[in-house]
Amino acid sequence: MITEPTSKYLSNTVQSIKPSGIRRFFDLASSMENVISLGVGEPDFVTPWNVIEASYHSLEQGYTAYTANAGLFELRKEISRYMKRRFGVTYSAEDEMVVTVGASQAIDIALRAVLNPGEEVIVVEPSFVSYAPTVTLAGGVPVPVNTYSEDDFKLQPEQIEAAITDKTKVLMLCSPNNPTGTVLSKGDLERIAEVVEKHDLLVISDEIYAELTYDEPYTSFPAVKNMRDRTILISGFSKAFAMTGWRLGFACGPKAILQAMLKIHQYTMMCAPTMAQHAALEALVNGQKDVVKMKESYRQRRSLVIHALEEMGLSCHVPGGAFYVFPSIEKTGLSSEEFAEQLLMKEQVAVVPGSVFGESGEGHVRCSYATSVQKLEEAMRRIDRFLQTL
Amino acid sequence: MNSTERELLQLIEKNGRLETGTIAKLMGITEDETKQILEKLEKEKVILGYSAIIDWTKGTEDGAVTAMIDVKVTPKRGVGFDKVAERIYRFPEVKAVYLMSGVYDLSVSIEGKTMAEVGRFVSEKLSTIDSVISTTTHFILKKYKHDGLVFSDNDEDKRIVVSP
Repeated sequence: MITEPTSKYLSNTVQSIKPSGIRRFFDLASSMENVISLGVGEPDFVTPWNVIEASYHSLEQGYTAYTANAGLFELRKEISRYMKRRFGVTYSAEDEMVVTVGASQAIDIALRAVLNPGEEVIVVEPSFVSYAPTVTLAGGVPVPVNTYSEDDFKLQPEQIEAAITDKTKVLMLCSPNNPTGTVLSKGDLERIAEVVEKHDLLVISDEIYAELTYDEPYTSFPAVKNMRDRTILISGFSKAFAMTGWRLGFACGPKAILQAMLKIHQYTMMCAPTMAQHAALEALVNGQKDVVKMKESYRQRRSLVIHALEEMGLSCHVPGGAFYVFPSIEKTGLSSEEFAEQLLMKEQVAVVPGSVFGESGEGHVRCSYATSVQKLEEAMRRIDRFLQTL
Repeated sequence: MNSTERELLQLIEKNGRLETGTIAKLMGITEDETKQILEKLEKEKVILGYSAIIDWTKGTEDGAVTAMIDVKVTPKRGVGFDKVAERIYRFPEVKAVYLMSGVYDLSVSIEGKTMAEVGRFVSEKLSTIDSVISTTTHFILKKYKHDGLVFSDNDEDKRIVVSP
């Protein structure tokens, strides 16, 4: 907690937010040597060269000024084509999308655009660490709904119903999910859509990992019948195109909502970085082959890690997407934090304790397999050795 | 070639030292199946061999010199390009021979200990072959990238160790 005298100037809202549990692990792992990290939430690939080169070129040509608030029109047109081609949803480049500083900013302005003080947002946990704090910062109240390994961490429609009050406004979905890797099938989404429609909810669907699914064709939530006009779709370039550091995302949705989001965006951000927008344009026009290659490599490594976990007797559902596995460590008798800390100290392998992703993440750890095969195999040997010592 | 075979080939093309067990796990097939596919592809000469890509400029004083030689050839009746190529590639100094489109016919890559050694090979062996009309020798000064691998040390993981 902050105890310096100047802390009296801080807002109550900010003071009420706990620092992310990931922070402590980052500090601990950074201080050690010879660490193999399975704690990284981003691709291990460097951005494809043609994308980097396109950004260079834009700088050489002098594209260093602001773009339109909503983003380069060329880029928006390309996003529109991409969404149609890949996911079968249609958005107008003119007034139904905004290019943002990462998907994170898109989530922030989406929540700020729709929430009145005290309105509730259902957050499906285990979840990406930012959702609940972002809801709080937007004046809303996050209402966690837990999912469990026996359901493969899939949200059950009756759980939504049980969480609904007269203040519920938004359901936040994330498929494929960080940290569980769970993908909601078309059928799952249709069942969720029924409840959404019945209770007149708005959905913020974070589909940043949509390109990275390995078993069945992906269904985008706005592609489900009647859902397009009650969904804000969040996506970006970070995961599929290995562009995390470029900080470029986008949101698409019905005009009234997107125009409200754009209002916040223009006053607080002006526009996303121009050179990153030029890079993203190249990624959409010529990057699909790289996405396919990277995805293939993740799929292979998923298989490797699932096998290894099975062999050492850690139970784990097969995650359909993203690049995370979320095995149960309950049989060790340790809490997820104890497990992660001891594993780091004894064997120098960093994983992220499931508890940082919400209450129902307890008993699990998140391991990212976006790391070289050699390092993954070594990490698995070390984890196995660690389990023998318990 | 089916998609499983293609996937396996792509894996070992990138890393020929992958163990059979690892290949099996990456592909989600059994180790026995992996061995069978490998044996089949070796028998069919789809896989011709396994080699390492080495930066000989490191840790050795007696480095090597590589030259790429453009060779013009007159194919004679009954002795097509293939026969001339064979006379050239049989020499152990020759690392690669390709038939090219364009202004010359064969591209020959030679490795020797010194420039003089390569020069001797060109003047005494290569240019004296009957069908060879001319040779143009280019010495390689520095290798930046070879067979898809970059010859530099700048490939460490630049990500922070833990992130959400």
